[in-house]
Order: sequence, then C-alpha cells, then structure tokens
Amino acid sequence: MEYGLFTSIIHAIVIASTPLVFAGLGALIQERAGVLNLGIEGLMIVGALAGFASALAGYPLIVSVFVAAFAGSALASIFALLVLRLYANPVATGLALTLFGLGLSALAGSQYVGQAAPQVAEWIIPGLNHIPVIGRAFFSHDPLVYLSIVMAGTMWWFLTKSRAGLILRAVGENHSSAHSLGFSVIGIRFLAILTGGALAGIGGAYLTLVQTPLFVEGMTAGRGWIALALVVFASWRPFRVIAGAYLFGGVSIVQLHGQALGISIAAQWLSMLPYLVTICALVIIASRVKGENSAPGSLGITFKESK
Amino acid sequence: MIFVEARAVTRWYHEWIAVLIALLLTVATASALLASLGLDPVSSLHRIFIRPLTSVYGVSELLAKATPLITIGVALALGFRAGVWNIGAEGQLVMGGLCGGAVALAFWGIDGFWVMPLVLLGGTLGGLVWGAIPAFLKVRFNANEILVSLMLTYVAILLLSVMVHGPLRDPEGFNFPESRLFHDAATLPKLFSAGRGHIGFIFAILFAVLGTWVVKYWHLGFEMRVTGLSTSAARFAGYSRDRTVWMALLIGGAVSGFAGVVEVTGNIGQLVPNISPSYGFTAIIVAFLARLHPLAVIPAGLLVALSYLAGEAAQLSLGVPAATTQVFQGLLLFFLLGTSLLVNYRIRLGRVV
Amino acid sequence: MTESVAIAERLSASSKQCLGVRGLSKYFGDFAANRDVTLSVDAGEIHALLGENGAGKSTLVKMIYGILKPDSGSMELLTNPYSPDSPSDAKHSGVGMVFQHFAVFDALTVLENIALGLEGRFPDETLAAEIAEVCERYRLHVELNRRVHDLGAGERQRVEIIRVLMQDPRLLILDEPTSVLTPQETEQLFTTLDRLSDEGRSIIYISHKLDEVRALCDRATLMRAGQVVDVVDPRQESTRSLGEKMIGERLNETKRSKASNAEKQKARLTVRVGDVYPESTRNVVLNDVYLSVAPGSILGISGVSGNGQDTLFDVLSGELTLPNPDSMVLDGEPIAHLGVEQRRLRGLLGAPENRLGHAAIPELTLWENVILTARHTRGILKNEHLISGTSAKAFADEVISTFDVRTQSVNAKASSLSGGNLQKFLIGRELLGQPKVFIVSNPTWGVDAKAQLFIHQMIMKMADEGASVILISQDIDELLSVTDRICAICHGKLSRTFPTDEMTPEHLGALMLGQEIDS
Repeated sequence: MEYGLFTSIIHAIVIASTPLVFAGLGALIQERAGVLNLGIEGLMIVGALAGFASALAGYPLIVSVFVAAFAGSALASIFALLVLRLYANPVATGLALTLFGLGLSALAGSQYVGQAAPQVAEWIIPGLNHIPVIGRAFFSHDPLVYLSIVMAGTMWWFLTKSRAGLILRAVGENHSSAHSLGFSVIGIRFLAILTGGALAGIGGAYLTLVQTPLFVEGMTAGRGWIALALVVFASWRPFRVIAGAYLFGGVSIVQLHGQALGISIAAQWLSMLPYLVTICALVIIASRVKGENSAPGSLGITFKESK
Repeated sequence: MIFVEARAVTRWYHEWIAVLIALLLTVATASALLASLGLDPVSSLHRIFIRPLTSVYGVSELLAKATPLITIGVALALGFRAGVWNIGAEGQLVMGGLCGGAVALAFWGIDGFWVMPLVLLGGTLGGLVWGAIPAFLKVRFNANEILVSLMLTYVAILLLSVMVHGPLRDPEGFNFPESRLFHDAATLPKLFSAGRGHIGFIFAILFAVLGTWVVKYWHLGFEMRVTGLSTSAARFAGYSRDRTVWMALLIGGAVSGFAGVVEVTGNIGQLVPNISPSYGFTAIIVAFLARLHPLAVIPAGLLVALSYLAGEAAQLSLGVPAATTQVFQGLLLFFLLGTSLLVNYRIRLGRVV
Repeated sequence: MTESVAIAERLSASSKQCLGVRGLSKYFGDFAANRDVTLSVDAGEIHALLGENGAGKSTLVKMIYGILKPDSGSMELLTNPYSPDSPSDAKHSGVGMVFQHFAVFDALTVLENIALGLEGRFPDETLAAEIAEVCERYRLHVELNRRVHDLGAGERQRVEIIRVLMQDPRLLILDEPTSVLTPQETEQLFTTLDRLSDEGRSIIYISHKLDEVRALCDRATLMRAGQVVDVVDPRQESTRSLGEKMIGERLNETKRSKASNAEKQKARLTVRVGDVYPESTRNVVLNDVYLSVAPGSILGISGVSGNGQDTLFDVLSGELTLPNPDSMVLDGEPIAHLGVEQRRLRGLLGAPENRLGHAAIPELTLWENVILTARHTRGILKNEHLISGTSAKAFADEVISTFDVRTQSVNAKASSLSGGNLQKFLIGRELLGQPKVFIVSNPTWGVDAKAQLFIHQMIMKMADEGASVILISQDIDELLSVTDRICAICHGKLSRTFPTDEMTPEHLGALMLGQEIDS
C-alpha cells in the first residue's frame, strides 16, 4: 500500500514527538512537585542505552522499556540524593547529571556501536486505521506511541483527580506548609524524581528501540532540554505537553523533509527552527499574566527540614 | 545521633576541606571504575593523569585546554554568584569564534598591529550580543535565561555550520567545510615551541585576577552577589535586579566570546564546524569546582583541562572511550556538590537519645 | 444549643483531665529547650501557655502535636498513655493544632486546602457539605471555591481552624492566633473558642498578650527558660503581675514622654499620594494617602496585616517610586520620584518588617550586611566603586557595641543572630547614620520582651535626637506606648491622625477596621 507524502509526514511527526512526550511528562511530574531537574538529557540517554542493550540481548519490548525506566530512575536517584538530602544546588546538580549520563552512556555504549536492535512491530488499531490519511498517520504505530498518550491521561487524572496528586501539587506549591501538615516533602519529591527519571528513560529508549534501531554517542541531541522548555510551554499541564511535543516534532520533521516539500534553503536554517520556536514560546509564556498557569510556588527552591 | 547544624561563621578552610574530600572521592570512584574495566587503577591513573604532564608538549596542551575553561569559568562564577544561570556560554563562545574569525578573514592578508585587536574585539562583541539576547528577554519578558541561553547555543552552532559551509568556506579548500587559515597578523603567538599552548593563557590568568578584584573589592561585584541572594533585600539596598541580569549576561557573553576568538586565533588557526569540545559547558563545572571564587578558577580550570588530556590518554593507552572524561567530570561535580554541605553546615555527634 | 449539649455529653464520657504532661524534657545539643515540664489541661478548659519568645512554649506544643519527640518524660491523653510519633498520630488521638504561620497553599482553593489537612479526604461535594455543616455550627464563614491567594489573614486562619475542627478534636492547640487579627476578628474567634469549650473540648492557647489571656482563659501555665514557673488563674492576676512572672524581673514602663516642641514644628516629610498600583497583585493598592511628620515626632500607623502596609513601606522607603515628584516632599525637596539610594543620601532611612531577606541577607556576614544600607557613611564605599572592608567591619563593630548586640563577631552570618539581636543590629545600622526620617515596620515582631524594650528605647531616642519616625505596626500596645500621633490603615486607605494621648484601644480597633475612613 502506498501512502501519500502528507500521511508519511504525519506518521513521522508522531514518531519524532513521542520521546518528547515521555521526557516532557517526566520533567512535568518533577516540576509539579517543586523539583527543577536539568538532567533530563542525561536520563534520556542512559535510558536509550539501557533499552537498546536489553533489546539486543533479545528481551521483548516490554522488558526493554522497564529496563530503560529502571536505568532512568537509578540515575535520577543520585540527583534526588544530592538535591534533597545534601541540599546541593539543583541547577548545577542537573547539569552534572546530564554530563555524567552522556559520559556513562558513551563509555558503556562503545561496545554496541554499529549493532542494530530488532524492529518493533506496529500495533494497528483495527477499524480506525482504515480511515483515509489519518488512519495510517495516527492509528498504526508501535505500542509506545499509545502508551505515551495513555501516560499523559494518567498523569492528568493523577494530578487533578487523586488525593496523592493533590498532595504532590501541594508540596510543589509550598513545601513548608506541606511539611507542617505532616506530608513528607522529601519522600514525595523523591518519588516524583524517580518517576520522572523513569519516564525520561523511556523517552530515551524510544529513540533506540523505535526511531533508529542504533545507539550513537550523544544521540539525544538536546531533546532533554527541549523537554524542559516544553513543560514551561505547556504551563505544567500534561495534555498541553502532548500538543507542545507534536508542535516541536512537527517542526523538526518539516525541516527534514524540507527538500521534498520544496523548501530550498540550507538545512541548518531549518534546524534552528525548533530552538527559535522554543525561545518564542518561553517569551510568550513568561510574559503572560500570572495566575493559574504560573509555575509551582516552590519550584527549584531547596527544602531544608529544620525550618 | 548525627546532627547537621548551620555554621554561624564560615571560615575559608571549610571550603578547601570540602573540595579536597570531593577530589579524593572522585579518585576513589574513578579507580573503582577502572578496576571494574579490568585495569590496574594505580598504574592506569598514573598513565592518564600524570604522564601527560611530564613533557613540555603535555604541559603546553594542558594550558591550551585550560585557557577557555579559566576565561569562561571566571565570568560564569561572577554570574552564578548573581543567581543568573547563563548555561549558554558555549553558544557565546561559538559566536565569539565565528565573529572574530569573520573579522580575521575579512582582513585576510593585511598586516598591521591593529588587526589582532580588531579580531579580538569582533569576537568579544559577537559573544556580547549572544549574551545580550537572554538578558533582554529576561529583563523585558522574564523569560527563563537557562533555557533561552541554552537554545541559543544550538542556534550558534548551526550558524557557524552554515557559515563554514557557505560564505566563509576556503575558496581553495576542495569544498571542505573549513575557512582559510588565518594569516600571521590574526594569529596569537604560542607560549612554547611544542604543543598548542598560546598567549591566551596569560589573558585567562589576568581575567581571574581581575575577577577576584571585582568580587572582593568592587561594589558592583557585591551588588550582583546581593541581588543573587535576595531580590527584595537588593531592592531595599537600592540595587537593581535588571542591572545585575544585564551585567551578568553581558560579562558572560563578552568574556565567552573573547575565549572563543582566542581559541580560533590561538589554537585552531581557522574556522571549522566544531570549534569547541563543550568548553562552555565544562566551564560551568570549573566555576563550581572553584566554589565560584575567580582566583580558584585557575587551579580548577587546570584540573578539568587535565581531565580532557586524561580522556585522550585513556583512549590511546588504555583503549577506553574518550567519554571517560565526561564521567570523571560528572563524578567530580557530584561529589563537589554533595560535600558543599560541609561548608555551611557542620556535622556533629550529639547527645544519644 | 441542643446540638452542643449533645456533643458535650458525648465528650464528657471521658474523665476530667484531658491532657497530662509529666516531666517532659527536650534538648537540642546542650541547650535545654524544655526541662522537666509538667502541664495539666482539663476537659473543656481553655488553658493559656504564657511566656516570652524562646521560653519553650513552641517546643512543648510541638511535642504534644508529635512534631518533636521528647527526650524524657511522659504524656497522657484522656487517661491513656500518649506518645505521638507524628502530627498524624496526634490527629488520630484527637489533638489538633492551628499554627501561627498558616500551612496554606496560595494557588489551591479553600476546599482543596481543607482536604489536604484531613487524612484520606478528597475535595469533592461530600466534603464541601460536611464543611458547610461545621461552618454553620461555629459561625465561621468562608467561600470554598476561592483561591487562598485572594484571602486576608483572618480568612486564612479560618481555613486552618476549619481544618482542625473537621477532625472533631478533643484538644485544640492555637499558637498566637490573634497576632494577625483585628480586635473585632479576635472577638469572633473568642466566641468560637468559647463554644468549643462549652462542648467539652480543651484548648491550649499560646500567647504573650496578657489582656487576652485574662479575658479568655481559665488557667495559665507560665514558662520561662524552658521551665514551668507557675500555674495561675489569670482572672485573679493583673496584667502587670502576669507580665512580671513571665519575664522574671520588673518591667520598666516604656511610655513616650510628651514630645513638647514637636507639635509646633513644621512637618519635615509630607506624603500626599493618590492611587498606587504595585506590580504584585498580592499587596493592596494604596489610595489617597496623606500624612506628615515633624522633626522629633513619632507617627504610628496601625492596621491589620495585609491592608497595604507593605506597599506603604515601599512607597516611603523608595522601593516603589512614584511618577509625580511632589507626592513626597522632604525638607522642601520633592523626592517621590527618587529611588532608595537617593532618598537614603537625603537622610531617609528605614527598617522593613522582614528582617532576613529584606532588611538583611541571612547568608552574608554582619559586616557585609552593613554595606547594604550604610555604604555611603564612614568611607565604606571609597570613590563610588570600591568597598573598604575595614571600614565596614569597624562600622559593624560600633553597632554591635553601641546597641548591645549579642553575637560572635562581625563575621557571624545574619542568620545566626536571634530575632531581637538582629533587629537591634539592623535598627542600630540605620541609627548610626543619623536619619532625618526613619521608617520602621513591625520592629518587635517575634522579639523577646527585653529586646522589645530596648528597641522601643532606640526608636524614642532617635526621635529625641530630632528624627521624624514613622512606625508601622500591628501591635496596639506598642503603638500606644511609643508614638506621639497615631492613625490606621485599612484597605489601602489611611484614617485621620489623632494624638496618641486621646486614643483608646477600642477607638484604634475601630479605625483599623476602616470605620471613620471616608470612601
């Protein structure tokens, strides 16, 4: 079956955006708990390598996803320890995490360079995939694409409809108040960081398991940073993260297919687009009136238990 | 029971003890890592950390690598003290190299004592403009400078790539994405007969001394630090947050740009698509390693430069990837951040319950 | 009332004693925060815990509420042994606490805030209905769907109280509950508390306001330096005798001697401000503020916190400049358009309410904190750009010795000083600069009685030396004893100014609530 250019582009956008959805949600859950983690990039690439190694070893997709999630959590726990227990500066610690993750994955991943992981089968949603154009573009994908959407829904439900989510928001909003109500600020943030690490790990694994079945040093190429910008862009709402991720994914794919679409300028100019769009988004978000869409009150502020 | 309590008075040696502990822990972890790869830690560490320093060539290379790290590290230390998180020094460095390089190419073949200063000025201005963008967006729209300066880094790298693939490409270079080699009037002199150590290192030392002076005695340095610690106290003292944001990012941008042009005119000698192995990011570690003291940036920069050499040595003589460098750097930063608790708090054993 | 009789019957099934504390001690390192403390609270009793700051009241109630663990001693709740491991343990046992600093979340709604305080509850309609019922019973009014962000201090406290009442507590602990309330709101609170005590619930009421304790409480336990010094019936004691027991030495009456010539002098500072819209929406907008102070005179501005005091302070200090220079005139010169530094050079100095983070920076040493506001005196700033550390240290030393600041050295961090010592340092820092006009906000908030006295003397001395002082405060006693003239701020508007001699607490209370202020 032949698909039109438009359909393939949409299909490609979905694939390009999915890692951003996972990583964005991973950053979001941490920020809602008041933790600013600049290490998403490092978490992603470690997840990418872990998932890839597991797939190469012949484990099924679901196991590889768990391995990647675990690797992300494990690395994130270092961040959690430093920031939550040793009061380390979160900005510097996040950077250290990125650096360490990139280095560690390159070191451990050198043995995998040049090998290819098995292809992941697509889950075609019966019925829906026959819808012209959209069917192929949206409803015949690998399971992780659907998982990313389900994840966003789950996170929305968790944050707005569950008591645990209310507590998490409270911790992010004002950690001293949450502490005096008897909530374990550090415990809740720890869990948020581990969850965020797992999601970022899955986001990274998507790159090696689905997007390109290869592992290359530094292959996350700044997606972790885009994920952080996405969260601001999405004003800390899960569904808006999807919208933002697809926008960014869209820009990057359009730039790849620039030639085919009849755009004839140097590829680098188009490659700049996602970054420039991010800057514009940051400016628009920041200049909006404060209110419901503003950042969690305790975001990035170190919590010290003894007052 | 172990208590953690805030110190009323922090003395200078508290900081050095913390740094020392972090270094020891890094060496210990690195040894364990090497041992796990089946290598003898002592001889491996000697081979990758000590041996590169036993030749003039090695020392010269060390100084070449330390030059941008120290230069940028000083500027970042000032900015971080002010609570302005300029993470985009890498982009500012690239813009400095690009603009300075463009000036050098524009005056290609022309001799004159004024060429070099003009090239350096061009680079500094390039970095300055790249630092001014996040400053403007922060002051005017309150846009997060971490993300803006970072996004601009990618834009700068792509811009450099466009330029060396196009307008600045060497007309006789067989279509390689490289510029012409700069002529002598636009090249910084070397320090030694061997290696790539160049006069830029002297500039770096001067920057560190100047930075120390600004931090210790200059009112501006105090003003920036106060603003970084508390906006409302700064406002009460009559200090402007906007001014601090501007100063931090303009200084960061200009100095990083200067480091960039020094790198291309002192070290590389032409424009290539990749002029920096992440010096701008690594300088962040240098600044933290120095605990944001400009003078301490010198040893910190040398140490981190050594980790680059060590990475190369590790690749050559131990057969492990060069990325080992990043692992060392990451570990060092982790330990450093972890032990900084010791500076402001003391840990004591209290009454047993 | 039948409802409350029913509840009272249910609660009185237990014995007479509600809480018994025996020999409780708590050490922080070598410091004894509580030593061998004994306390007994009967069912239905309103029991005051009286003492200065640092007397150990907070430590004691934190142990009762499970935040701290005692090092030795035992507790009994309704005749059962009681040793809570956490606040949630305490809640389960029927102990509730309303903190001085409200544990509320600005960005969340009142309903969400209440739900967070209740174990396992979710902000749904069932909960809303239950809350409505409790509010009805105790006549507490709140709108459940508003964000706390938009609420005043009194309403925020109600959120806290409702949270605790929802748990049907046997014992209620209130920590300085009236410090942010108007006299009228205070009365409302007392009605609620009386009703709770009628139902048989016990209340531990922490305060240092002696009048309130005498009006409300059945018994009072007095604490000093971590120990219980006496248990008395406050109704049998005079405010003065209670105060002496609490402080342990005779209180020197601070009373402003009448400023004889101040009245006749021309105003030094005149402020005539139309509308001010501050950037942050939190603060109340000021409108139609008119005030003037003469040399040697102290003007008091009373008001319930959150009525525009912060904006007023910012406008006076220059942290908020105004477009029309003539809105503020100092010695004949228009200054409203000038920033903090320019005003400071003209002799207008100040000390804001928030000591750490506004007046001083906790992480910096005392001598560095000197540079913040005193850099233009004594050659601390040489030739505009260079700082002389020696001069700054000498200045800090002088402040420390002149004003009896207890600290290790000028190298001590501001955060290491106690509230009273830091305040003495901060006011001293400005005093040495010989201010022409001095603006100070809540100078004795959280300061022990001795330092309080000292600070009052510092402020009066400043006026005696010819400075014009504007004292913004929530403490009515302070205002009545220190100032020459007095007015009140409410919703960003100032009342008329009255001579302090002619002012009564009741009249001031009415002014604070906005009566007599024209709209």
